[in-house]
Amino acid sequence: MRPVLEIAGLVVRADDGKGSWIDTIRNVDLTVSAGEVVALIGESGAGKSTVALAALGYARPGTRLVEGRILFDGQDVRALDERGLRRLRGRDASYVAQSAQAALNPAIPIGAQIAEPLLIHGIASGTEAEARIASLIGLLDLPVGIVTRFPHQASGGQQQRIVLAMAMACAPRLLVLDEPTTALDVTTQIEVLKAIRTAIRGQGSAAIYVSHDLAVVAQIADRIVVMRHGAIVEQGPTAEIVERPKQPYTVTLIDAVRPRDRRLTREAPRGPAPLLALRGVNASYEQQGWFGPARGGNKVLRDIDLTVGKGEVLAVVGESGSGKSTLARVVAGLHPRLSGDIALAGTTLADRVRRRPLEQRRRIQIIFQSPDLSLNPEERVGEIIGRPRQLYFNEARTNRDAHTDRLLDMVGLPPSYERRFPAELSGGERQRVAIARAFAAEPDLILCDEILSSLDVVIAAQILELMRELKRKSSVAYLFISHDLVTVAQIADRIAVLYAGTVLELGATSAVFTPPHHPYTALLMAAVPQLRRGWLDDAFKLRGPTAQRRAAPTGCPFQPRCPLAIPGLCERELPPLREQTSGHAIRCHRSDAELRQAQTSPVQTSPN
Amino acid sequence: MSAGEATAQAIPRPRRLPPPLACIGLAIVAIGLIMALLGPFLARHGAGELISERPFPAASWALPFGGDHLGRDVLSRLLHAAPVTIGLALGATTVGFVIGLTVGFFTAEVRGNTDTMITWILDILVSFPPKLIALIAIAGLGSSLPILIATLGFVHAPRVARVARAVAMNISAMDFVEAARARGESVLAVMVREIWPSARRPMAVEFGLRVTFSILVLSSLSFLGLGVQPPMTDWGSMVRENMSGIFLGTPAALIPALAIGILTVGINLVIDWIGGSSGRRLTEELSR
Repeated sequence: MRPVLEIAGLVVRADDGKGSWIDTIRNVDLTVSAGEVVALIGESGAGKSTVALAALGYARPGTRLVEGRILFDGQDVRALDERGLRRLRGRDASYVAQSAQAALNPAIPIGAQIAEPLLIHGIASGTEAEARIASLIGLLDLPVGIVTRFPHQASGGQQQRIVLAMAMACAPRLLVLDEPTTALDVTTQIEVLKAIRTAIRGQGSAAIYVSHDLAVVAQIADRIVVMRHGAIVEQGPTAEIVERPKQPYTVTLIDAVRPRDRRLTREAPRGPAPLLALRGVNASYEQQGWFGPARGGNKVLRDIDLTVGKGEVLAVVGESGSGKSTLARVVAGLHPRLSGDIALAGTTLADRVRRRPLEQRRRIQIIFQSPDLSLNPEERVGEIIGRPRQLYFNEARTNRDAHTDRLLDMVGLPPSYERRFPAELSGGERQRVAIARAFAAEPDLILCDEILSSLDVVIAAQILELMRELKRKSSVAYLFISHDLVTVAQIADRIAVLYAGTVLELGATSAVFTPPHHPYTALLMAAVPQLRRGWLDDAFKLRGPTAQRRAAPTGCPFQPRCPLAIPGLCERELPPLREQTSGHAIRCHRSDAELRQAQTSPVQTSPN
Repeated sequence: MSAGEATAQAIPRPRRLPPPLACIGLAIVAIGLIMALLGPFLARHGAGELISERPFPAASWALPFGGDHLGRDVLSRLLHAAPVTIGLALGATTVGFVIGLTVGFFTAEVRGNTDTMITWILDILVSFPPKLIALIAIAGLGSSLPILIATLGFVHAPRVARVARAVAMNISAMDFVEAARARGESVLAVMVREIWPSARRPMAVEFGLRVTFSILVLSSLSFLGLGVQPPMTDWGSMVRENMSGIFLGTPAALIPALAIGILTVGINLVIDWIGGSSGRRLTEELSR
């Protein structure tokens, strides 16, 4: 059988900004047969997307395809002119980008956007297009009424499936998927992965799947190609790469997914007065404006009671929209609370950060999710790290410089980085700078708001290790916010599971990981990608009733999605946070025995 | 995203010459500034010095641009008027800019009801036609340099404030500004240290546009006889004085008009360059 795509000896050159060209892709060969799914994996900068885009004859601005042969169905793509490329793209080969939100036009109804490639390529008329859209929507498990809606009315997972529908509209022979689930949280990722797999199999189209997550790729790909520094490191059938990797770099990638020492066994010292105590904290995005109606009205946080001990790591885990970031913002004084009390070392904190004394501000620091956005692009690294020293300790310039060097060294960066701008650093290095800035204040508590989720697996593992090391060296406490239970298990002393602003489970890490779990915790555990084949199907089954993702207004907020909900009780009454062993509590009407029974069913929930 | 990471390491950007149109613009602006600073010293004759007995003497080596309606040297008067025209425009724009920028950044940073109220007042101020405000102010207070600067500054301030607010709104929603707030930086520190550096380029464009606008409004006021009063002169009043010469075919009115036009175009060329390159840099930085 002739391959759909044949790339041989591909070389891509990029303008390095200094007037000379450097090779970003060096002599890459790649073949994709009809109906085959090939995964390109590697860390950022490996050249995965560049190779994938080259399949469409596309080179990003500032780069050029200089050498090599790209044959699509025997046709030389590099020899095509603009018209030929337009006929190829979207019809014979199509592309799904990472950010669905950026890929969709906010002003055009969803149905019209899916129809666009069909009409542009003259493949279908209006009525035929409608039929085609209806079948795609069914295939991808989207609600029928979605065609008349606009992109902002669809959820993140739906948006990604809509982009997929656009890409599939012309039944292309090759689908290029560029990190399609990276921006989604774990439970949404399952839905989209399942849709992608169904779609590819149903259509019989070949696909190139670009990802940095080996576990995700293991569920979808027939063959895996590992890339690093613009060259292929290793390639082979999925099972072989996952089970018998030959190259050390592949082993590194697998280890990043399958951490060896998972848990801290150390028990946190728990003094009589906790460092941070939240009592009955409520918050919402409702705003009392002078003009126009108040926005929102739903509470984002409901009666939160949590404590963080001195030197303790409390992880707050939940999907996007669970209120976990709002929790960090409320503690930081960036978002007002409706009611409740927050105390730092026994002293009540003012609502807004500007009303707190300098000393209190110094003691709580925050690190944000995306280091690309959280560092001032116009300031040098030295100024960024030096500012807290100046602000909190009123430190003179010379002392500050000495401290900056020490802090840079602490986070593993050379002193020369002091003179650089954030744009001159890689993503991982930028996050290190953000960490150094937080530590510059010598805080008692650092709020870590999803600090790993914008980084690829290998870099994220390094940053996590850094956070653990810094923790060992000082008595700082972390409030560690994440959507990923497995990551959290490697650093947290205790875990709080948050859903729709309500704490559903709270306990020591080892206790949370031992059944019985709250049904939602069990769902989150199953949603963490595993290398095991068949994980996707198990996770999809365990996911519970679909569609209804909105929290219930009364009763248990998780009840609409709960596989164990008791009709007549759960939708009426919010269960109490029931303490089962010391320090471990579950908010559920079901008894421990019932939960344990449901969770020791054949579906494995442990990540390894 | 993946290929960008490898190339992002390239350290400082090489300094490249601005594109040709921007070079022309920069040259015009430079000449304008030199005229504004040194004009009176370069002039061969005094501003009021009568060179010829007749009105509108023809151009010659002694009078490169000819003479005006009283027989004065047009080139010398052009040089004497340059500091007035350009200085007034820069002064008025700076006054409006400092006020507008402060109000705009402040209201974007504090948000809430204060923002709603200030924006409301700004909208009301913007709804008055600028020339009308200027005419009323001059009619009531008389025409003097401080009054002209204050009036034009007052016209500029709410317009600049609205642009500054819009620019600052986008920046203040970014995480690095949030990080500064979480540190407990004061409103002023957030405005100066966090928002201003990223707002510099778009605001520079706005400054250039406002200077152009000032030159045109001042010139038209002078043309109406409401602006700069004799014996002081600016380019706008030179056009008015020498209008009758147009029918005699002398360039005395056209030269100052041309000077206004060229300077305006020059400033705009520079603005286009700053605006264009800032747009590219900003998206480049955001997409990384």
